[in-house]
Amino acid sequence: MPKTVGIVVFPGTNCEFDVAEAVEKVGGKYKFIFHSQTDLTDVDSIVIAGGFAHGDYLRPGAIARFSPIIEAVEQFAQSQKAVVGICNGFQVLTEAGLLPGALQKNAGLTFLCQPTVLNVTSTNTPFTSKLKLNSKVKLYINHFSGNYTCDDQTLNELKKNDQIILTYENNPNGSTENIAGICNENRNIIGLMPHPERAISDFLDSRDGLDFFNSLIQ
Amino acid sequence: MSNDDQHLQIANGQGLYELLIEVRHKDKIADPEGSTINKALAALGFDNVNKVSVGKAIRIKLTAASDDDALAQTEKMCQRLLSNPVLEDYKITILRDNAYA
Repeated sequence: MPKTVGIVVFPGTNCEFDVAEAVEKVGGKYKFIFHSQTDLTDVDSIVIAGGFAHGDYLRPGAIARFSPIIEAVEQFAQSQKAVVGICNGFQVLTEAGLLPGALQKNAGLTFLCQPTVLNVTSTNTPFTSKLKLNSKVKLYINHFSGNYTCDDQTLNELKKNDQIILTYENNPNGSTENIAGICNENRNIIGLMPHPERAISDFLDSRDGLDFFNSLIQ
Repeated sequence: MSNDDQHLQIANGQGLYELLIEVRHKDKIADPEGSTINKALAALGFDNVNKVSVGKAIRIKLTAASDDDALAQTEKMCQRLLSNPVLEDYKITILRDNAYA
């Protein structure tokens, strides 16, 4: 029985179809879940897709984190099921307090849309289990506020608990310690700025994203 | 108070308050917008400008029993929604006599 990925859609989300295609490509099933819904009974994992939820008004993710779906996602995560936030989804998860730290504006005030090389620094999460530890992957970034920021205490905890899962080879946005993706202490909530759903075919010049979704549907 | 406030029902002992919330970057957080504007001002000849900081100004009208009540309500809004404690600080001012009308 293929696993079903619930893809959360806010007004302004725009990566949901790319995530759906990636999930199907690795043999999984998907279901779109609008932000006003709260029923997550028939999905095995959750992806909060990228875009501009609620127009990113106030701050990216600030309004989205009070949508009804987020409370349901919190409960879902308590049962140790996987919750992944990609790009804007990562911003939503930090605003909701489900992941530590915050994403501030890119150093240099530039919107970044480019391929990046990433180091896989932890495979001990449901979104990176099929990757090779310390390998490099090529994924695309597409963001204005992707500069990961946290206080020193949080940074020490992230390091101590092996919560940093992806780092940039050449830091494009000023992120603390080149951080591109992290997980929570329980390892089932994952946030990353790069878009694995956009690296799923030779035509897109990278298939490295498929391993992430392969991990998720296991 | 302006005419468009008159639809607001003001209950017993409650007054209408207007507050200004300034949300600004913490000192350690980069403010690329501010530094870009700083450079633009220098290019226009305003070369005495040492620093430009860009934040948000949010004006709120609410009913409250007192100054303290108005400030306490607004403080909660700042903590829950209007600012991100990792990146931003905020300052709340009660506006008197249509100060910014």
